[in-house]
Amino acid sequence: MNRRLDAGRTLRTPVRVRRFSPAERWAHRGTAVLMGVCVLTAAFLYIPVFAQLVGRRALVVAVHRWTGLALPVPVLAGLASRALRADLGLLNRFGPHDRRWLRAALRRDRRPSSRPAGKFNAGQKLYAAWSAGATLVMLGTGLMMWFTGLTPLVWRTSATFVHDWLALTLGIVLAGHIGMALGDPEARRGMRTGSVGRDWAEQEHPLWRPSSDR
Amino acid sequence: MGDERVGSEQGESEPPGTRGAPVGRRVFLGTLGLGALGVLAAPMLQRGVEAFLGGAADIDPTGLTGLLPNGGGFRYYSVTTSVPHKDAGTYRLTVDGLVDRPAAYTLADLKALPQTRMVRDVQCVTGWRVPETPFEGVRLSHLLDAAGVRASAGAVRFTCFDGAYSESLTLEQARRDDVLVALRMRDEDIGHSHGGPVRLYVAPMYFYKSAKWLSGITVTEDVRPGYWEERGYDIDAWVGRSNGRDDEPTT
Repeated sequence: MNRRLDAGRTLRTPVRVRRFSPAERWAHRGTAVLMGVCVLTAAFLYIPVFAQLVGRRALVVAVHRWTGLALPVPVLAGLASRALRADLGLLNRFGPHDRRWLRAALRRDRRPSSRPAGKFNAGQKLYAAWSAGATLVMLGTGLMMWFTGLTPLVWRTSATFVHDWLALTLGIVLAGHIGMALGDPEARRGMRTGSVGRDWAEQEHPLWRPSSDR
Repeated sequence: MGDERVGSEQGESEPPGTRGAPVGRRVFLGTLGLGALGVLAAPMLQRGVEAFLGGAADIDPTGLTGLLPNGGGFRYYSVTTSVPHKDAGTYRLTVDGLVDRPAAYTLADLKALPQTRMVRDVQCVTGWRVPETPFEGVRLSHLLDAAGVRASAGAVRFTCFDGAYSESLTLEQARRDDVLVALRMRDEDIGHSHGGPVRLYVAPMYFYKSAKWLSGITVTEDVRPGYWEERGYDIDAWVGRSNGRDDEPTT
């Protein structure tokens, strides 16, 4: 029975399914590069060993400022793409299955059956929303430190405090994001090429109904 | 027909009938709100964190707490790619400009002059503060008197052997008792990363005035803005009364 079903399916459906459009992949690539430069220059400014290695403080500050300012640009430009807007809609909405996924994640329950997910799982949704918010907080506090005449003085010291601690938090969360991608070659292939294996999709995102097959 | 296909694509992912709550938007806006709240609550939070990390740093053998924000300790700032190393054999400090007797001091010359030791807080304009740091060296006024400053002089310019950094003080500021040509810091000879073997120490001002790797003292008519001052920092950098900051004065 099962075997016949499987055989039927391979005949019926292609092996790979489309996951990300070119616009989405370029938005991700652009954001990743800018974020990488931001993190790297932050390390050069902040961690004494790297600061001693690199020096050139005025230049590093300039690079950090401008890449930080440009950080939202790829996603904002990507909003012109209908596919990206549609995915943002999916990331926004949490259903009952997302609650189940989060509960399983908290219990460290790794069985696929207890981790129901649509195109994006609940962890990816939380990461997307939080990192977007955190990036804008970094941008806001960064601008307060950059244009010192803009805000009252107490605010600026406060902005430095928030910028420093959120940078540390964002760095850790970002490392988690990259770590999870490193652990899942098929997910990376999806972001690199735009399509993923159907088996992977059914395993990791069982509630996802990709309509446009490649 | 075309619209229908688009519709099916957009609804591609979630189980039918469950559009779900906009939790993503709430998390996004919540993060922004927390950020704003953090800015408002920062003065209070910062005091707490500094007190906690200050205590933790005392019993932390790894020194990792020093890497955390508000973790205490000095930060290394350099404006050039690399800074040459100078030692007792190669170091020279020149005094020139509007003086009657230009001079060049070796490290041994400076060590032979009367030394002054001071213990004050160090306050960086970027926010970090290191409490009660001893500095020791020759009073700048002593070197200026030895060189014989001319009547037309009004300011002193400092240059550094990193090849880029510069600083300046008015003559009146330079003659203060709490301005040193420092040879020792924290009761040790000043190491390279802290601007050794010789750095300027301007106790009442933000630490960018205390130029590292000091190699030249030039008496001039007027104040010439230093490296960071050309990039927006205040020239008269009194702690707590400049650069739009209200830190507690260090002297």
